[in-house]
Amino acid sequence: MIEMSQRSFGAALLDPDLPLPDGVIGPRGKGAQKRFAVYRNNVTVSLVNALGDIFPAVQRLVGEGFFRDMARVYLSEEPPRSALLFEYGGGFAAFLDRFEPVSKLPYLSDVARLERAWLDAFHAADADPLRPESLGAIPPESLGEVTFTPHPAARIVRSKYAAVSIFSASREERPLDHVRPLDPEDGLITRPRHEVQVRQLPSGAADFFEALMAGMTFEEAANVTLERHPEFDLPSAISAMLEAGVFSACSSSQANPEHTA
Amino acid sequence: MVLLPGRKTLVNGFKDTFKENNMSQKSLIGASALAGAVAMAISGATFLASTDGASAATEKCYGVAMAGKNDCAAGPGTTCAGTSKVDFQGNAWKNVEAGTCVSMKVDGDRMGSLEPLTRDIPA
Repeated sequence: MIEMSQRSFGAALLDPDLPLPDGVIGPRGKGAQKRFAVYRNNVTVSLVNALGDIFPAVQRLVGEGFFRDMARVYLSEEPPRSALLFEYGGGFAAFLDRFEPVSKLPYLSDVARLERAWLDAFHAADADPLRPESLGAIPPESLGEVTFTPHPAARIVRSKYAAVSIFSASREERPLDHVRPLDPEDGLITRPRHEVQVRQLPSGAADFFEALMAGMTFEEAANVTLERHPEFDLPSAISAMLEAGVFSACSSSQANPEHTA
Repeated sequence: MVLLPGRKTLVNGFKDTFKENNMSQKSLIGASALAGAVAMAISGATFLASTDGASAATEKCYGVAMAGKNDCAAGPGTTCAGTSKVDFQGNAWKNVEAGTCVSMKVDGDRMGSLEPLTRDIPA
């Protein structure tokens, strides 16, 4: 019963065409149409503001006025499912892919994916990144069998467009003149300490990290990546993963995991 | 949160993807080449300095988090992280680098504190 009235209350909040929910009345039994309209407006404005805070690069790319109108459409399709505002917008990138008015900006949804991943990384659990010494301490003959524990903040976003360059330029309010939007870019999002970092990955590194994150051994992952990208630079990828903090621990035996971070 | 399939499913998935050009099962890189790559990567001293402080201590700092951006003792995923109602709420805290909290100044001459504060508590 309560659930039903909450649902109709929630629906009326986001759709001004719906009638006032049952039981909403003003003082002395008067109508509350205007009061409810104020509440409706506050809810919508706060959620549109939240989307602007979560996706500032997207907002800058399309302009604030357009962004706010677009956010209202998204909001009506996908109201928040969590009471925590920072979790809102999980479906925003997919919405941008199907929202016709931005179809001329095909990179926009990947910029949104990077921004959502940025906030997920920001709120991910704290963990120390894998220390280079821990990897260095493993005997060379056992290295091939090493597996890695992904850092809670690590995310990879692949794009057919120059989403990482566009994201960075937009967030730093730099001009986009030098960006070639059709160059594919893979982005790596990590938070080794307190600052979220976004990097563009060299060729093959996204395959390599994803294979390791999926639990493949060091040797399996290196081979799988080299088959697909013969130009893959393994030493620099290992440097990058240590520097960025893609993993929090490594283990030289699967049966008997030994966390060495 | 994305639910990840089990390791086996994922590893098999990767292997299937590469099956057609992997008929010979020839390894492109062996243990010694891998060891060489790790040694080369680790000797790149540039990042050692940056990861040295990776385990640097943090401290809870009260009264500096923006509304909805506080941390939580139980960690993310619980309902107390991100639940502060007002900017710089006195009883909400954020993890900051050790030693930086009490020197943090926010709008209106308010300072960070290592102990919960009574200012800026929502009604």
